[in-house]
Amino acid sequence: MKFKLKVNGQVRTVDAPEDMPLLWALRDGLDLKGTKFGCGIAQCGACTVLIDGEARRSCITPVSSVGQSSVTTIEGLSRDGSHPLQRAWEEIDVPQCGYCQAGQIMSAASLLAQKPNPTDGEIDEAMAGNLCRCATYLRIRRAIHRAAELGKTTASATTGSGK
Amino acid sequence: MSTELSRRTFLRASALAGGGVLLSSFWEPLEAATRARAQPATGPVLNAFIRIQPDGTVTIASKNPEIGQGVKTMLPMLIADELDVDWTQVRVEQVDFDPKLYENQWSGGSQAVPNNWLPLRRVGAAGRAMLVAAAAKTWRVPESELTTSRGKVLHRKTGRSIAYGQLAATAATVPPPDLATVKLKEASEFTIIGTPIPGVDNRSIVTGKPLFGIDVSVPGMKFATFLKCPVYGGKVKLANLEQIRKMPGVLKAFVVEGSTSDEFRSGVAIVADGFWHAKTARNALQVTWDEGETAKQGTAGFDARAAALFKEPPHRSIRKDGDVKAALAKAAKVVTAEYSYPFLSHAQLEPQNCTAQFADGKLTFWAPTQTPEDGRELVAKVMGLKEDDITIHITRSGGGFGRRLKNDYMAEAGWIAREAGVPVKLVWTREDDFAHDFYRPGGYHAFTAGLDASGKLTAFRDHFVSFGTEKDFAPSAAMSDQEFPSRFVPDLALEASVMPLGVPTGALRAPRSNALCFAFQSFLDELAHAAGKDPLEFRRTLMSATPLPGPTPPASRRPGPPPTPFDAARMMGVLDLAAEKSGWGKQKLPRGTGMGVAFYFSHRGHFAEIAQVTVSKKGELTIDKVWVAGDIGSVVINPSNAENQTQGAVLDGISEALGQEMTFENGRAVQSNFHQYALLRINQSIPVEVHFRKTEFPPTGLGEPALPPAIPAVTNAIFAATGKRVRSLPLTKHDLSWT
Repeated sequence: MKFKLKVNGQVRTVDAPEDMPLLWALRDGLDLKGTKFGCGIAQCGACTVLIDGEARRSCITPVSSVGQSSVTTIEGLSRDGSHPLQRAWEEIDVPQCGYCQAGQIMSAASLLAQKPNPTDGEIDEAMAGNLCRCATYLRIRRAIHRAAELGKTTASATTGSGK
Repeated sequence: MSTELSRRTFLRASALAGGGVLLSSFWEPLEAATRARAQPATGPVLNAFIRIQPDGTVTIASKNPEIGQGVKTMLPMLIADELDVDWTQVRVEQVDFDPKLYENQWSGGSQAVPNNWLPLRRVGAAGRAMLVAAAAKTWRVPESELTTSRGKVLHRKTGRSIAYGQLAATAATVPPPDLATVKLKEASEFTIIGTPIPGVDNRSIVTGKPLFGIDVSVPGMKFATFLKCPVYGGKVKLANLEQIRKMPGVLKAFVVEGSTSDEFRSGVAIVADGFWHAKTARNALQVTWDEGETAKQGTAGFDARAAALFKEPPHRSIRKDGDVKAALAKAAKVVTAEYSYPFLSHAQLEPQNCTAQFADGKLTFWAPTQTPEDGRELVAKVMGLKEDDITIHITRSGGGFGRRLKNDYMAEAGWIAREAGVPVKLVWTREDDFAHDFYRPGGYHAFTAGLDASGKLTAFRDHFVSFGTEKDFAPSAAMSDQEFPSRFVPDLALEASVMPLGVPTGALRAPRSNALCFAFQSFLDELAHAAGKDPLEFRRTLMSATPLPGPTPPASRRPGPPPTPFDAARMMGVLDLAAEKSGWGKQKLPRGTGMGVAFYFSHRGHFAEIAQVTVSKKGELTIDKVWVAGDIGSVVINPSNAENQTQGAVLDGISEALGQEMTFENGRAVQSNFHQYALLRINQSIPVEVHFRKTEFPPTGLGEPALPPAIPAVTNAIFAATGKRVRSLPLTKHDLSWT
């Protein structure tokens, strides 16, 4: 079957069986390899994408269930790697193997959209579904706090320009 | 002749189109040396470590597989510093596997630093020397008047400077210096080594660029899944292939006979248009297996057999000093305890995968492997190919942890690609991964020790029950004769018994050490308490004894520097540092809170760790903090990654201790995915404070040695907090409540 998906601001067509998880439609169908396969049962979070702004596990989301919703993958988080989370991740030097980090960043993006200045507890709650086998968790926490700061700077700079 | 002496390093330079220079360093056996030297410097360039472009861009090759341990950044740092360029000029390229050009092109055992510390610095220094010579030629001044800084040659006398990029063409005509005698920087002159350098792939990682094996795409590529018998060594008897071949998107379905090697097993391959098609077809696959002998094995049987073996005389002696029986008879106090730990899975987050293309009798791989050389050997053997007909492109790996030292996925992908006649990407499911690991073996220890009236340890015996045959221990199931407190107790016996094992085992991050450290450092803690001594002081006293002579270094199958011996002074140094940073013994902690200490020497690193835990009366465990003190020599090459690795290793150890366990029933793994195999999550992550004690020794690696002490530091802290001694793992099986 052919599905029209709104991915990273573009309408893309993918030919897939109805039950194919969005993960494989993205990776194999649309050549968006940033979203990772880790477990296939929503236990590790490596496949996390945003669907209408909310963090979802694409490995258990049938492509047929996406409909008109807008899908954002790590490739679409920013055009040039300038999203505060991406900048913070680089600044704090978070990755070890790096395999989980796209999923971590997408979960964090959903968190920051709802709570621009999260506490450690809120970070832990929002991020507990994302495994990092290298256990870079301490840096992930730091990077989310840092991204919150960077986000504020960006936001105030934007509003500031209107004065 | 030793491997080190029989190989020599040569450097070659050649001009690049557009005026750059290419520096090649490669290793050759001695007999080929004369021939190699006779070739002109501009002869065929076999490999490049350094490429300098006229615009000043310096491209540096990274030769080892990056598995998350940071080599892709660290190895080029060694070259860049000696070359004396600014890190911002540097681009890093992962090179393909090529043993004719590169030495030690593998990742494991925390060996990248010791193996490359001098060789790669020499490559950089040779490049610098050639650029200096080129500047001397250009300006017609003596080389002795020239210095370098941040990618430029400087002539102080005249205040002139010239960028490397402008010298590159001339440098290509300069005869390369002898790598063995090229002058290296003093540590005080380092500008890159010892500074925090972020991972070179970070930008690609945070923007989702295809980097990993699983991201590889080749024109015409199809997707494969491979179902093996859940019982190790089982074979396909019958499969409903006709039905599978008719399923949507399926191109091929066939039986792979496999081999006797546990890296190439029998199974059914399905090749399809996409991973999902292959997996859907696989769900409909019905296979009758000949399960074989291992079907009789399981965890309950292993436990029962271990208990029985403890009652029998040990099968073999690993080490015997003095007369432990007599010493125990004389002891004022005898302490006994049994310890055990389970099998573990690697659970690296990127599932096993490999892309292979077979054409004209030649096989090309894109492989996330830690050991491309072993992979090539395996594939050549099982497929009947010449090693020279196999090309391996090394991809970034989504975690290694020792799992990718094995190359089963390469053999499978290679075979399937040849049989299917199309390029194939084989992707394992997570269930495949848990079912077909080379597991960290479990083990059992029955300890007996004697203390004299003053509380000194006088006799020590371990009956280790492990797995293997009459001749050998199973992989990663051995114990060496150096296991501490060996050499520090005059009457000591390390003995072992083994039971047969059909479950494949292998190295997991800090192999052997990750298990033995828990057992030995926990029992030493028991002895400290039995002796009425402070656990840290007890260890210090033990290490103050004059040790028996150290070991003769074993022959290594891979080239590299000689082994680093266990050094009690270095260990006491980190023990003291950990004590100081944690405030050990300085404060009275309330009941339910306690501190535990442990140390371990592995992979050339000396590490002491102290954990503080709080256990509620109901038995809920909170690990408050872990302090780490490590001695990995004179310099920490990349402090940012060093902290990250160390924190990760400690949390990895805690993850293993808290909830990880693989069990087996009827010769097959019980746990199938992360819902049954609890990896540490962010909400369980605790502060890990990392300190390094700089010593005069050459720097060594950091992928592994910080892990082992984390486990007994925590369990010893639990004892201090609650009086409950943890003698088996994982902790989830223990009731830690107290009154």
